[in-house]
Amino acid sequence: MKKKINISKTSSQRLITYGMVIAAWIILEIFLHTGLMSSHLEGLLVPMAYYAIVAVGLNLCVGILGELSLGHAGFMCVGAFSSALFSLLTVGKIPDGLRFILALFVGVLFSALVGFLVGIPVLRLNGDYLAIVTLAFGEIIKNIINALYLGVDSKGVHVSFESLMALNMEPEGTVLINGAMGVTGTPHDANFTIAVILLLFALVIVQNFIDSKDGRAVMSIRDNRIAAESIGIPVTSYKMLAFTISAAVAGMAGVVFSHNIATLQSTSQYFGYNVSIMILVYVVLGGIGSIRGSVIAASVLYLLPELLRGLNKYRMLIYSVVLIAVMIVNWAPGVIEKRTEFFDRIRKGIKNGAA
Amino acid sequence: MSFLTTFVNGLSLGSIYAIIALGYTMVYGIAKMLNFAHGDFIMVGCYIIFLFSSNLGLPPFISILIAVVLCTVLGITTERVAYRPLRNAASPLAVLITAIGVSYFLENLALLIFGADTKSFSSVITWSGLSLFNGELQIQGITIVTIAVSLLILLVLQLFVHKTKEGQAMLAVSQDRGAAMLMGIDVNKTITLTFAIGSALAAVAGALLASAYPSLTPYTGAMPGIKAFVAAVLGGIGSIPGAMIGGLVLGIIEILSRTYISSQLADAIVFGILVVVLLVKPTGILGKKIQEKV
Repeated sequence: MKKKINISKTSSQRLITYGMVIAAWIILEIFLHTGLMSSHLEGLLVPMAYYAIVAVGLNLCVGILGELSLGHAGFMCVGAFSSALFSLLTVGKIPDGLRFILALFVGVLFSALVGFLVGIPVLRLNGDYLAIVTLAFGEIIKNIINALYLGVDSKGVHVSFESLMALNMEPEGTVLINGAMGVTGTPHDANFTIAVILLLFALVIVQNFIDSKDGRAVMSIRDNRIAAESIGIPVTSYKMLAFTISAAVAGMAGVVFSHNIATLQSTSQYFGYNVSIMILVYVVLGGIGSIRGSVIAASVLYLLPELLRGLNKYRMLIYSVVLIAVMIVNWAPGVIEKRTEFFDRIRKGIKNGAA
Repeated sequence: MSFLTTFVNGLSLGSIYAIIALGYTMVYGIAKMLNFAHGDFIMVGCYIIFLFSSNLGLPPFISILIAVVLCTVLGITTERVAYRPLRNAASPLAVLITAIGVSYFLENLALLIFGADTKSFSSVITWSGLSLFNGELQIQGITIVTIAVSLLILLVLQLFVHKTKEGQAMLAVSQDRGAAMLMGIDVNKTITLTFAIGSALAAVAGALLASAYPSLTPYTGAMPGIKAFVAAVLGGIGSIPGAMIGGLVLGIIEILSRTYISSQLADAIVFGILVVVLLVKPTGILGKKIQEKV
């Protein structure tokens, strides 16, 4: 007797997303190994994957929880620095593969912890206030790490916010974070394959969360907080849960980031609010609430400028116009009305033509 | 005396924040939206003044006037094209993300036209300032002008809002848009007027900001814009005196922490204060508590 495999609609949708990522990975790997890819493009593959990971995490926060976060670059920063410090301290003491897995745990745990701590005050606020406070936290994290000097020697850990000299280190001690100069010498553990595996991992976590009972509870809070509260859903704890997972996923991207870069610096270029906004643009253009859309948008929009080198100067300008246009077409009540009217007319026209 | 000098510098920066925050707080209070692009209106104002006074050699006062007019037009256009269609959107995030899009647009347009290199802005104020206590306390001309201008703007705005019909209409719209409409107030016109005032103030703030910190890039306005929003929230969003107080407090704290604690941590301290204030008093220093209705 043939066994019938029953795949529900949601899981087949999920499998399509995973399949797409794997297919894209296989194609890009073939390009890599046959030497068809320029070395410049090669260097963009890992960033593309980690921005896709953050976009997936941010979509959980913006699309599913319905709260706009402008501080996800900050969580990425926490993941990047905590895992880089772990790798730096344990390099040579733990075998390479295991070290990266442990570093991943450290990075994800720390960013989840920071996400949780930030979430406690932030999730009491709504809408625009929440957005601006997440932005504030992102900038606080970036600025503090940028001003931090950290070193270890036989006497223990030294911390300073002033200068390298103020650490009072013994000459044989190691400097871990050299202020604005950042962290150097993190082992180059991440590569494109690892980044794609982690992207799949992030997708599985976020998709399963969305399709679970908890995910539905979070979406009910998004759609109507008061109604959700009145049927006994613990609003605050579900908000915290979704926000913490979202921060942890961003931290995971940070781990890939720090193990792919020679000098890790907490600058605006990497972890400023502009990066958070860039990721938000991926999420919005990919479709708020669509996890697959986030992955596609992040990958395409990250690679697009390289494929359209001639347009590079106008790229951000085009971005912004497209962003505004997408928002108006998708959300403006007047436009939505006209759009449905237009499509109704076309449908009627087809019917009449057929008859 | 060095403390007093620092304090006066803080007062000057705070006054600039206050002028920007006044625009923010009015737009937020009346249109109920966070105009993320407000900071970039400042940058546009700066570039216009730079273009007319440094390149074409017009007197500073006329350049500022041109900048005010053009920024007003820009504010009204932005509201009309990008924000108004989304005013009744299902999600409040829609208009915020659109505002981020406008901010991106203005920054990259400036990048395309003027390039990424820093332009040095020549101060619109040529007066060298005062020397008090036998030269122990030096106050720059721009500092005095900035503080005076911000106080003047505060006074004019207060009078405008409380004594004129248009100002009363603004108060009504900010309290209850639906009821205001039923009372025969043209809500669209009122919001347009608010954007016009906010953008004009942004141009004035731009002139003062660029005179005090004379390096001009396409991103000049972004950080002051965000900090001014922090100031507006700090003072209680929607409140005109609150914006003034919030701006001054923020400017003084920023300069003091930059001088006495750490220049790298100053921004973190400023944002930290926002977090603390919102935790203790979510409506800000002068804000009123609004009950959420089902």
